[in-house]
Amino acid sequence: MDVRTDYLQEIRLFRSTAARRWFALLLVVLVVIPAVVDSYLVYLLALAAVYIITAIGLNLLIGYTGQISLGHAGFMAIGAYASSLLMLKLHFPFALAFPVAGLIAALFGFLLGFPALRLTGPYLAIATLGFGIAVAQILVKWESLSGGSMGIHPPKPSFGRLVLSGETHLYYLTIMMMLLMTTGAANLMRSKIGRAFIAVRDSDIAATAMGVDLTLYKTLAFAISAFYAGIGGSLMAHLVGFISPESFNLLVSIQLLSMIVIGGLASILGSILGAILLTALPYLLSGIKNLPMVIYGACLILVVMFEPHGLRGRWTKIRLYWRLWPF
Amino acid sequence: MFVQLIVSGLATGSLYALLALGLVIIYRTSNVLNFAQGEIAMVSTFVAFTFLETLHIPYLGAFLLAIVTSFLLGAAIEIALLRPARHPTPLGLIIITLGVQQILYGAAGWVWGYDTKVFPSPLSDTKIHRLGSVVLSEVNLWILTASIILMVAFLVFFRYTRLGVAMRAISQNPTTARLMGARTPWIVSLTWAIASVLGAVAGILIAPVTFLDPNMMLNPLLKAFAAATLGGMNSLAGAVVGGGSLGILENLVGGYLTPELKDSVAFFVIVLVLCLRPSGLMGRHYRRRV
Repeated sequence: MDVRTDYLQEIRLFRSTAARRWFALLLVVLVVIPAVVDSYLVYLLALAAVYIITAIGLNLLIGYTGQISLGHAGFMAIGAYASSLLMLKLHFPFALAFPVAGLIAALFGFLLGFPALRLTGPYLAIATLGFGIAVAQILVKWESLSGGSMGIHPPKPSFGRLVLSGETHLYYLTIMMMLLMTTGAANLMRSKIGRAFIAVRDSDIAATAMGVDLTLYKTLAFAISAFYAGIGGSLMAHLVGFISPESFNLLVSIQLLSMIVIGGLASILGSILGAILLTALPYLLSGIKNLPMVIYGACLILVVMFEPHGLRGRWTKIRLYWRLWPF
Repeated sequence: MFVQLIVSGLATGSLYALLALGLVIIYRTSNVLNFAQGEIAMVSTFVAFTFLETLHIPYLGAFLLAIVTSFLLGAAIEIALLRPARHPTPLGLIIITLGVQQILYGAAGWVWGYDTKVFPSPLSDTKIHRLGSVVLSEVNLWILTASIILMVAFLVFFRYTRLGVAMRAISQNPTTARLMGARTPWIVSLTWAIASVLGAVAGILIAPVTFLDPNMMLNPLLKAFAAATLGGMNSLAGAVVGGGSLGILENLVGGYLTPELKDSVAFFVIVLVLCLRPSGLMGRHYRRRV
């Protein structure tokens, strides 16, 4: 079934009718869930959706294009503050502020892409890390705009008269955006742009020789990835209802990196699995006294030690096992 | 004022340099950015604190015991967690060190608590030495002396001893080094141990100034990363130069411009320098093949 015989199969969105059916089932489950479970779990699912969006964006950059970023919380912060401030100070409607916030983050991503043309490996890691720290520091310092370290309360999103308040509404908003952005990423990777990203990752010199414009595609990868993080940050601001520079510190960047490595690099399914696991883990562990950080760290280590390809690698192995089953 | 800022910047910078040296030797031998370096130093400093406060061992004894602890801790982490990882990706190894960092942080908070403690030190922060027009506190003077001695000793070790040569060989080509008779896995473990000792020394030196709590090494570690990249991740002398210049740069920005944005400005300058010299000030740039 997995043997591909022509190019069209290679670029299909769904591999099989079965996959299509599973996806339809998932849609139904996502729609009914808020009616069944309690509101705290609905909030957690919405939060997971926010992290899924951001993790997919980061995976486009690290997993597919091979450019590391340790400053993605900075893009989330830009998205979160941009959409909140546009609504609070300039009275933009949500439907406009939200995509504009993503575009502003994308602009910063585009600019950060330029050092990436020269830097690789640890050097790029430190440059992006510096970006993340600088964004947080500037937000603390620029009190007249950002409210400083006291933070601000982003308004509830609304479309005309319809104000989205309460977990269920926000859940539907984030889940819808998550589906949209996930499909967007999957489609992007099927396109010429996605292929160019992968070529840049595998060997940028070879890619140039084949006619891939490095300047264009590296900055584009940063811009798209930052757009995803900006949208994620904006959704998170409206979902949580409070943001401060502390909500986007280095720990968040590192957590995003952990999500995609644990879920599986260069895989959209992996980003989703990793984001869900690392969003749920702190809440699952919060009941244990004293040691949640220790267990969290141990989980990171165990996954990498025993499954270098992440949860997505494990998933592939399980599927293969059952397909080949009595052998 | 200017000279004063430079000298006290050098004192901070030498601590960054110690940590950065540890990061660089680990990066050279095992290709890992070690995010656990700061937390290893923090735990070792807490161990020294425990020996001093609860067991009443004299300062030098506690210092040496903490050094031994950090040595064992560094080696143990490499042997138990990094070596067994099968077919690791470079990012996977980084995640392992992040996991170690979380474990050590959580464990330190559990054992010693998250509240800030005063680290007892025979060196005074208020006693002042005058060198011409420059004023230097006793702590800073000791920080400078100790780290310069350690750095020189370390560079000599790397340059002239058999073990040092073996470490350099491994950083160039592990397989060939192994064929030439260097016991690669053990030497890599030893590198981790030595790097941890460097970190622990930095931690114990910095503790009287920053006080003692599980967060104490987060900021120094980030600066050490910045210093190491500024100097060049594959150059030992670069780590020293990077640490010193970062310390000075930070102090000048803090003194003349604004203390709140000194980290941002420092990072901005680093990115600019890296754009001009992509492998750091003293790093060697290798042309890659397709």
